[in-house]
Amino acid sequence: MLMKAKRLTALLLAPVVLMMSHQALAEEGGRWSYNMPEGVTPVSQTIYGLHMQMFWWCVAIAVVVFGIMFYSMIRHRKSRGVKPANFHESTTLEIIWTAIPLVILIIMAIPATKGLIQIYDAEEAELDIMVTGYQWRWRYDYLDDDVSFFSNLSTPREQIQGLEPKGPHYLLEVDEPLVIPVDTKVRFLLTAADVIHSWWVPDLGVKKDTIPGFINESWALVTEPGTYRGQCAELCGRDHGFMPIVVEVLPKEEYEEWLAAKREEAEAIRALTEQTFTFDELYDRGRDVYNRWCVACHQGDGQGVPGTFPGLIGGISVGPVEGHLDVVVNGVRGTTMQAFGSQLSEVDIAAVITYERNAWGNNMGDMVQPIDVFNFKQDN
Amino acid sequence: MAHGPAKGISRWLFTTNHKDIGSMYLWFSFAMFLVGGLFALVVRAELFEPGMQIVDPNFFNQMTTMHGLIMVFGAIMPAFVGLANWMLPMMIGAPDMALPRMNNWSFWILPFAFFMLLSTLFMEGGGPNFGWTFYAPLSTTFAPPSVTFFIFSVHIMGISSIMGAINIIATILNMRAPGMTLMKMPLFVWTWLITAYLLIAVMPVLAGVVTMMLMDIHFGTSFFDAAGGGDPVLFQHIFWFFGHPEVYIMILPAFGIVSAIIPTFARKPLFGYSSMVYATASIAFLSFIVWAHHMFTVGMPIAGELFFMYATMLIAVPTGVKVFNWVATMFKGAMTFETPMLFAIGFVVLFTIGGLSGLMLAIAPADFQYHDTYFVVAHFHYVLVPGALFSIIAAVYYWLPKWSGRMYSEILGKTHFWVAFVGLNLTFFPMHFAGLAGMPRRIPDYHMMFANWNMISSVGAFLFAGAQLLFLYIIVTTIIKGRKATDRVWENSEGLEWTVPSPAPYHTFSTPPEVK
Amino acid sequence: MATTEGNYYVPEQSKLPLLASIGMFVTVFGASSWMSGIVSSPLVFFVSLFIFVAVLLQPPRKVTIAAGVVLFLLVSAGSDALSSVLVGPLVFGVGGLMFAATIWSWFSIVISENIAGLNSPQLKRSYVWGMGWFIFSEVMFFAAFFGALFYVRTLALPWLAGEGDGVHNPLLWPGFEAHWPLMETPDMAASGDAAEVRGPDQAMSLSQAGSLFTWLPFWNTLILLSSSVTVHFAHSALLKGERKPFNVWLGATIVLAVVFLFLQAYEYYEAYALMGLTLQSGIYGSTFFMLTGFHGAHVLLGTIMLLVMWLRSVLKGHFKKDDHFGFEATSWYWHFVDVVWVILFLAVYIFG
Repeated sequence: MLMKAKRLTALLLAPVVLMMSHQALAEEGGRWSYNMPEGVTPVSQTIYGLHMQMFWWCVAIAVVVFGIMFYSMIRHRKSRGVKPANFHESTTLEIIWTAIPLVILIIMAIPATKGLIQIYDAEEAELDIMVTGYQWRWRYDYLDDDVSFFSNLSTPREQIQGLEPKGPHYLLEVDEPLVIPVDTKVRFLLTAADVIHSWWVPDLGVKKDTIPGFINESWALVTEPGTYRGQCAELCGRDHGFMPIVVEVLPKEEYEEWLAAKREEAEAIRALTEQTFTFDELYDRGRDVYNRWCVACHQGDGQGVPGTFPGLIGGISVGPVEGHLDVVVNGVRGTTMQAFGSQLSEVDIAAVITYERNAWGNNMGDMVQPIDVFNFKQDN
Repeated sequence: MAHGPAKGISRWLFTTNHKDIGSMYLWFSFAMFLVGGLFALVVRAELFEPGMQIVDPNFFNQMTTMHGLIMVFGAIMPAFVGLANWMLPMMIGAPDMALPRMNNWSFWILPFAFFMLLSTLFMEGGGPNFGWTFYAPLSTTFAPPSVTFFIFSVHIMGISSIMGAINIIATILNMRAPGMTLMKMPLFVWTWLITAYLLIAVMPVLAGVVTMMLMDIHFGTSFFDAAGGGDPVLFQHIFWFFGHPEVYIMILPAFGIVSAIIPTFARKPLFGYSSMVYATASIAFLSFIVWAHHMFTVGMPIAGELFFMYATMLIAVPTGVKVFNWVATMFKGAMTFETPMLFAIGFVVLFTIGGLSGLMLAIAPADFQYHDTYFVVAHFHYVLVPGALFSIIAAVYYWLPKWSGRMYSEILGKTHFWVAFVGLNLTFFPMHFAGLAGMPRRIPDYHMMFANWNMISSVGAFLFAGAQLLFLYIIVTTIIKGRKATDRVWENSEGLEWTVPSPAPYHTFSTPPEVK
Repeated sequence: MATTEGNYYVPEQSKLPLLASIGMFVTVFGASSWMSGIVSSPLVFFVSLFIFVAVLLQPPRKVTIAAGVVLFLLVSAGSDALSSVLVGPLVFGVGGLMFAATIWSWFSIVISENIAGLNSPQLKRSYVWGMGWFIFSEVMFFAAFFGALFYVRTLALPWLAGEGDGVHNPLLWPGFEAHWPLMETPDMAASGDAAEVRGPDQAMSLSQAGSLFTWLPFWNTLILLSSSVTVHFAHSALLKGERKPFNVWLGATIVLAVVFLFLQAYEYYEAYALMGLTLQSGIYGSTFFMLTGFHGAHVLLGTIMLLVMWLRSVLKGHFKKDDHFGFEATSWYWHFVDVVWVILFLAVYIFG
């Protein structure tokens, strides 16, 4: 409590301190970020330029308008004994202050139009990546390279609940970032699987809504390798605030290496389908899968959220395995329970079902092997 | 001819008197304002610092949604209708509204509509959690079951608004005293006339779009489902065709109020009356062709983006004319700064800031970064709180002596203004920074880089809320024991409403006054 | 249009607005719980009903309070039992009755006030303005649905099929082509037999009809257009003060209206039973039924209004040469319904 009170006082004084020394700003790190990032793409820089230009126009207008206003508020007060004038009409003035703003607007509209044309030119892209919004994660498909994966929030629940100190990239970190090469025109094809999301990375100057059933287009040409972070920018349900975007921009050779590794990894996972696992292997893997994919709705203790998300203690977890498989693989239509058959690998589905059937006192003692999932998918 | 007010509760339940109905509208909107404010405080409390502390994200979403719905449909709109009820007949020299029974019906629908809306919070699955803009399919396929109650409450609110608007148009066009030509009407009457047209034009469109939602949810239609050939973006087009005029519905009457107050306290006639009328009409017209500027990121063709960008920028022209006219009214006046004037000046300054950030948002490429961030939240709170809300508060201070026959305490009134002014700037100004730095709106938790701005905002919000409790105290004590007000109330007040005694008689004009 | 008349008319207090609000509330509350399946607390229903009755009867205060407390206790005690009886349709029905009864007496009062000569020319003008702008609000309601139809046909479907800015959409809906009427939905194009959202087997438009003369909508158009003419003849007769022709022409209008409604119902039957055209038939079914359905509902309302006017004239001898706004408003409404049909006929049937 005392800590908070202290911080609060510091905070209220902070703007004053801030004005006195730029040092304070540096020390407080990102805590006082106050402006749009210039970003690392031609588009983000265009936007930043437009933004600043607009901003200064607005400041100028405000200075003039408020200047006159405050001047008359100070000079033309009754307490100074002034007599009010009686003028109340001037067509000339009205024309002037209609015309001047119009001219300013035209001056603003020209660069805005140019900027828009630049942003809309997604031609001649060298790499196409499909971005699909899910409740509440992103999926990236590298259309020409047969690589595809989901990207989930990786901030531990404990940090969100305040049980652990928050990491430097709190809520802006994922298990698998989107990786793209530097100096390459990358085209994003954006869509969604359920509700509308919006894919936004400020440093790339890209924000585009992902509309279920439609594919939007956007692009980025990043000029500096690095890690860039963003978030979903359209309310998409409960965990709208918990589906960040991380883009890792690599030099071209490293990107190729990453791509090759990714392909091998996919091969390996496919191979796992053939393999048989022990109960403990499945259970442990299942817990990880659960904590990444299921915990948002069904909660860490499997209790769910009454009235919104069903609990997993008893019920389906102690029913027949086929029913359990059906719900996880095919989802439940008309609810937020998605079809995970296309999102998780066979081994992960097998693991998570095994986990759910044996965690929180369900203790069914049975397990599901990847090949069972594979066969179930074939039959259904 | 009806006589004085009836005794007991039936006076209020069965009334056909515009003043009684106006008072009920105002008290109802104040109650809703407190409820909506409470929801906002839940939001601000959760956002006080990073991490999830107080509520579940799903409940957080219900709070942001309900805050928006309640403030827009329950607080701001009914407050303006309440002011219209009180003032329009007095300003145009009529005894009452044109259709007094329908007038009371418009009011009584509202408490039921909002009871129904609020009751969803206690239903299984919770209340609306899809934002006040309720974009499909989050509000259809993925909505909690209580969405049906939400849809029907919007329907009956719409019916109430349409009837209220029809009544206002009939009153203004048909009940003016002899000699009260259109171009002699006070600007509050003018702005309300235009607002009423907007209401009649767009509330049915809102009814249409929620009906489509209802059909998609319960009858298997495909309006917002691409699988059947529909389009989720269709929802947004129809919603914002309603939604953009709707935001002018919430600001045009405010222009009228400020245009009444500033001349009084500047002791100088309003500058450019006729250009004010034309500017209002232009804004109303433009409001119908700018809706998709709320949707720059949905992936419209570039031609659409350009059209809506240019049209939106154009709105700056008539809006600018209004601000310049107010400044010119003050210029070379003899100003005093009683509470209504403070709120009116607060309006002009802060609304202009909101207008300028609006101009920035109009620039489509820049909007790609601003859209759906706290920059937008800052923008529309700057036009709605010191805009619509301040004008309503100013109107209450300005006309309360006429309504109640009693004067409020100037010291308390000024305290209210300064606390509210500081509170709201603390709350909403930092949101510009948080938004530009990259904070999306409608999130319950955030990265530390937004932490300081959010903490300041939350402190400001509670301060602002405190100021409104003071407002309640001031109103109640004024009505009960304020000192007697004169008939004229203000030194330089102009208009028919100041020619009658304070408090205004139950039926202001039983024979029409002569207007020269 | 400032008036120069003497005193204004301000009605006495009225219970109607509150009663109508309660009726409306109970109706939509019932409808909501019916559709959503959420069982609402019986208390909401009984408290509304109680206020309605108390307002209506205005018993002495002590009786009201006592009855209120007893009712509250009873309902609270029997809450569970009651909530299984008080299903949505029942609440909806009771609310509808409350609402209809209130509106009925509202109109009766307005009519008797007019007959008693209480209505000043100014008030009558207010009614004229009121009706005019009410019709305008109805126009805007239909505009939303016509707008949706226009948007889907000219923008959304071509985009889904890969035209213009929708160039990538075939990735999601391979093989989908934009045609109107939309027989094959994007879902069908992409998933074939597994599709969940299917188009109609047959559409209602002219392009799919055998010939104009065996095509129902054509006859319906003729019927509705002639009803607009007959109602106009009725009006002319009334303006000349000729009671009998007025009754006959108005009666004829009602007959035409009923025939129209019957044919419309038959068309729906055919659509559902023979053509596989339902509300669920993709966007074609959605727009078709919403536009024709809301139009039909307005025709039904207009027919009821016409019928009431006819009965008032035949049974009570209402309406005078120079004082018949009730009828005139109804005829405006009827012409409005007719105009909507013409647009609908073109947009949904001819070019549909």
